Amino acid sequence: MESRIGFRNTKSIIFKGVIVFFAFVVTIPLIIVLLYIIKQGVTQVNWHFLVNVPAPVGEPGGGIANALVGSLIMVLMASIVAIPVGMLGGIYLSENPGTRLAYYSGLCVDILQGVPSIVVGIVIYFWVVKPIGFSAIAGSIALAIMMLPIVIRSTEQTLRLLPDSLKEAALSLGVPYHRVILKVIVPCGFAGILSGIMLSIARIIGETAPLLFTALGNSYLSANVVKPMESLPHLIFTYATSPYDDWHNLAWGASFILLLFVLTLNITTKLITRKWNIQL
Amino acid sequence: MSDSISLPPEDATAGKEKMKLMKNKRLDLSYVQMKWESAFRGLLRTMSGILVLIVVGVLITLIVESMPSIKSLGIKYLWGKTWDPVNNIYGAYPFLIGTLLTSFTALIISVPFSYAIAIYLGEYNPKGWLSNFLKNTIELIAAVPSIIYGFWALFVLVPAVRTLEMKIGVAPYGVGIFSASLVLAVMIIPYAASLGTTLIRMVPSPLKEGAYALGATRFEVIRSVILPFTRSGLFAGVLLSLGRALGETMAVTVLIGNTSAIADKFKDMFFGPGNTMASVIANEFAEADHSVYLSALIELGLVLFLVTVVINLIGKRIITKFTNH
Repeated sequence: MESRIGFRNTKSIIFKGVIVFFAFVVTIPLIIVLLYIIKQGVTQVNWHFLVNVPAPVGEPGGGIANALVGSLIMVLMASIVAIPVGMLGGIYLSENPGTRLAYYSGLCVDILQGVPSIVVGIVIYFWVVKPIGFSAIAGSIALAIMMLPIVIRSTEQTLRLLPDSLKEAALSLGVPYHRVILKVIVPCGFAGILSGIMLSIARIIGETAPLLFTALGNSYLSANVVKPMESLPHLIFTYATSPYDDWHNLAWGASFILLLFVLTLNITTKLITRKWNIQL
Repeated sequence: MSDSISLPPEDATAGKEKMKLMKNKRLDLSYVQMKWESAFRGLLRTMSGILVLIVVGVLITLIVESMPSIKSLGIKYLWGKTWDPVNNIYGAYPFLIGTLLTSFTALIISVPFSYAIAIYLGEYNPKGWLSNFLKNTIELIAAVPSIIYGFWALFVLVPAVRTLEMKIGVAPYGVGIFSASLVLAVMIIPYAASLGTTLIRMVPSPLKEGAYALGATRFEVIRSVILPFTRSGLFAGVLLSLGRALGETMAVTVLIGNTSAIADKFKDMFFGPGNTMASVIANEFAEADHSVYLSALIELGLVLFLVTVVINLIGKRIITKFTNH
């Protein structure tokens, strides 16, 4: 009997050891990737790198200004479309949970969340690129579609957690419905919605697949939204798969910058959620 | 109306007029408010209607655009073994195999890790700085863009795999299904892990306490109380991971080697270059120069869309069922 219990306890301890081992092994690849990108990228980045366009093969120097500007413009345009639509959609879902439209719309959020990004690229190719050509607008619309479900879900979940009494108090004072939502409910859930928006931006800024056949890429600096436009992830893709060392270095630098954006957005979101104690 | 005209005193008329005006104003105001209100409600409804429209539009676009290929190639397209656009021969079998092989290899590698994380964060160490550190790390794994994983793996993992392949005696391509699966495995760990953590934390403590009171060790509690209780939820997490793996494009495109020919022997296939549905679309969509070629690629997209939708919906359904208990 004694030894039996000893055996069971040992088994339990060994199991715990295995679990801890497996759980923490996962951090290793992330740390290796981050350190490697930082090591390779940080030496590339300087002022010259940020304000110049890529140099042709064989010439030293060159930068990623076209991709930086392109990424910012496209993410901005995508946000302008996706944030209002997503917030209003999320408000509808949290306000009318029982209706048929809410059911189907919630279903569609789930579907959109799982759609492979390359499929979004294909569809936008037919919706936008066929009529007006490869353009930054097409890329932004693809990104906006990727962004929508995240904004909607975070808005919905944040607003669901707010107490009903808040809304009832405002309504009983005779405040019209739209003002209740916009002036009372949304400000109360602002931090949660904001962190959802930031997460969605962090997600789309690194998306390559929907841009492959929408924004296409452009090796010159361009701010024309109806023309092809470069973006950070697309630049990394083209230059990483090229056979030239100069271009690889450029891609390492671009990866470093992209990683910096993504990590900053994620960590800021973390801090916001911790400060306001939000459950996302 | 006639009252106000027949009444001579100036102040009374003015007062009445004023009151009427005020009443009208208030009425008008509330009309305006009501208009705004219903406009706002309409706006909310439109916005969530747009969502439905987008999804339906995506489906319709994919179906319509893949019609030429469905018509001319038929259903046998899906298991045709040769993909040769130059000679107008299309068969999706190499990509189906490539996709299934990479996704399931990645899934098999990732499941022990994501379950371990879920059990550790959910049961052993739900609070404290160490668990916070692990949790944040897992979230960062999901946050790093897939192109960066691909780029890193192309320059670090691929040479390592090449040495490994030389040792075990297969052609040392380096890039291929095996490398893609390894990277994919890391990328999909967070999805099952974070869902699993939430679910394991939801196991009612009376259940666990009962088991402890009967003299169970921690391992026995986990094995015979926690895992059976959360089984369906953990399975849903694996499904969501699978959905991610099937649709993942960029890291795979960079790493898989992009060959539409497929080796006969499993070993060569597994370590050799291949193609997945997503990667072949990414590589060839822009250069598809005639309609059947293009729509054959779109049909792959349609298959991908339908499969991921079904997997995701089943996963979500299981989760809602589980959390509603």
